[in-house]
Amino acid sequence: MSPISRGFHGRHRDTTADTDRVPPGQYVTTDFPVLSAGPTPHTPLDNWSFSIKQGRDTLKSWSWPELQALPVEDVTVDISCVTHWTKLDTRWQGVSIDTLLSQVEQDARYVLAFCDGGYTTNLPIADVTSGQAWVAFGYDGQPLPAEHGGPARLLVPHLYFWKSAKWVRGLELLAADEPGFWERYGYHNYGDPWREQRYASD
Amino acid sequence: MAGTAVRERLTWRVATVGAMIDETATVRTIELDIPDWMSHRAGQHLDIRLTAEDGYVAERSYSIASTPDEPVAITVERLVDGEVSPYLTEDLRAGDEIEVRGPIGGYFVWPWQDPASPLLLVAGGSGVVPFRSILRHRSDIGNTTPTRLLYSARSLPDVIYRAELDATSDGVQVSYTLTRQQPPGWTGHSGRVNDALLHEVAWPLEQRPLAYICGPTAFVESVAAALVGLGYPGDRVKTERFGGA
Amino acid sequence: MDALDGNAIGGLLHEVFGTEMTAAIGTCANCGRVAPVAETLVYLQAPGTVMRCRRCFAVLMVVVRHADMKCIDLLGMAALEPATP
Repeated sequence: MSPISRGFHGRHRDTTADTDRVPPGQYVTTDFPVLSAGPTPHTPLDNWSFSIKQGRDTLKSWSWPELQALPVEDVTVDISCVTHWTKLDTRWQGVSIDTLLSQVEQDARYVLAFCDGGYTTNLPIADVTSGQAWVAFGYDGQPLPAEHGGPARLLVPHLYFWKSAKWVRGLELLAADEPGFWERYGYHNYGDPWREQRYASD
Repeated sequence: MAGTAVRERLTWRVATVGAMIDETATVRTIELDIPDWMSHRAGQHLDIRLTAEDGYVAERSYSIASTPDEPVAITVERLVDGEVSPYLTEDLRAGDEIEVRGPIGGYFVWPWQDPASPLLLVAGGSGVVPFRSILRHRSDIGNTTPTRLLYSARSLPDVIYRAELDATSDGVQVSYTLTRQQPPGWTGHSGRVNDALLHEVAWPLEQRPLAYICGPTAFVESVAAALVGLGYPGDRVKTERFGGA
Repeated sequence: MDALDGNAIGGLLHEVFGTEMTAAIGTCANCGRVAPVAETLVYLQAPGTVMRCRRCFAVLMVVVRHADMKCIDLLGMAALEPATP
């Protein structure tokens, strides 16, 4: 049993704020912590594209200007990281995944988001549609900083934030579910913060 | 010859905070009384674990500043945005208990059995801490390995262990470079460690020098690249990177 | 946040492997680079600790901590040899 370190508080953690909005086991932070599993990629926008793939086929691809020309939404959402912090009222600008998927013909049940640097994460297609997910390239009215996933990241605020893949470059359409990076290392396959689905055993 | 394998089982132990010394305005040395502490080697570090009342846990690693024959001590720099360092350097009191684990490390230790190879120690900020252990230990055992310490700090008041480092002799040369502010009449180096400065302190390659670099990541990478560029073989350059907070 | 190196997880690795590991020599399964664990690229932030090859950035090792368990994946290492004393 670890002794309590007298007077140690760590960073300010508010565990009591607005409990209806804060999922179980989370504390509210006003910081925006940077968590990375690898080096920050720096893909020039000239070389950047977002693709929807199926097997070896690219069904559709958008360059940076093409993505910017699509309808852009401004959303304010709460985000929760599996490392216990929740940030309320975060503002993002991006293109809805619904908009992107509407431009391809598909009947996939799952997607695997893939990213610069090799990171992947899997989601049911039902969780990235119906207004639940975006390719976000703006944060708080500014271009998304590289350390937070810029130029663009996936934004899926209803799930733990490891599903909001940084440096996203596309979605692979899958008939059968396939675990992504953290899912393969023991994190929960779905990741609902309201049911505290942090680890595979939860 | 001593092996690098540490055969003790590594567990968390409860240490009691002892004397504390303020080295600079932002740096404090903390003595720890650790039951059943296995003697460490100069260059090793220990891990600290703090637990808040609500169960929140924070862990950090700190280089050991003391020699194997002294009470265990670490030297901690208070970081502006730090979570643990402000607690250790401002709130901790003698008699407090904190959990420690160690000693840790078999790579960033000095194989003092190899006296023929001159030693180059390059420190960035609080990266000087493990070198203090190495230099003290070298002196304690009467080792005569030719040694140079190049210590980069922001300003003279930021130099940790200054009195002790200025007093070293016996085959140890200490030079400083102050990167942000120099006192009037300063005759040491100024500005960041660069190729020219390293060329001055680097031992001749034919003497097969051994280099240790410790400090923030960017500092270590820059100095390591420069030493390799000067001809140091990769396996004669040892690195230890510090992080923030 | 700058990456650290294998020294930063010396304690964790010692606990997991039961012996000091920073001086152990790892071989990257992707590019074959041979280097001490202390010289690998380490990303220390949860969700887990990720160790990567400094040359090709391939993942060498991942450690995930869940309650009292530590799950370690070493598939990115073609070999991991203790240091010769």
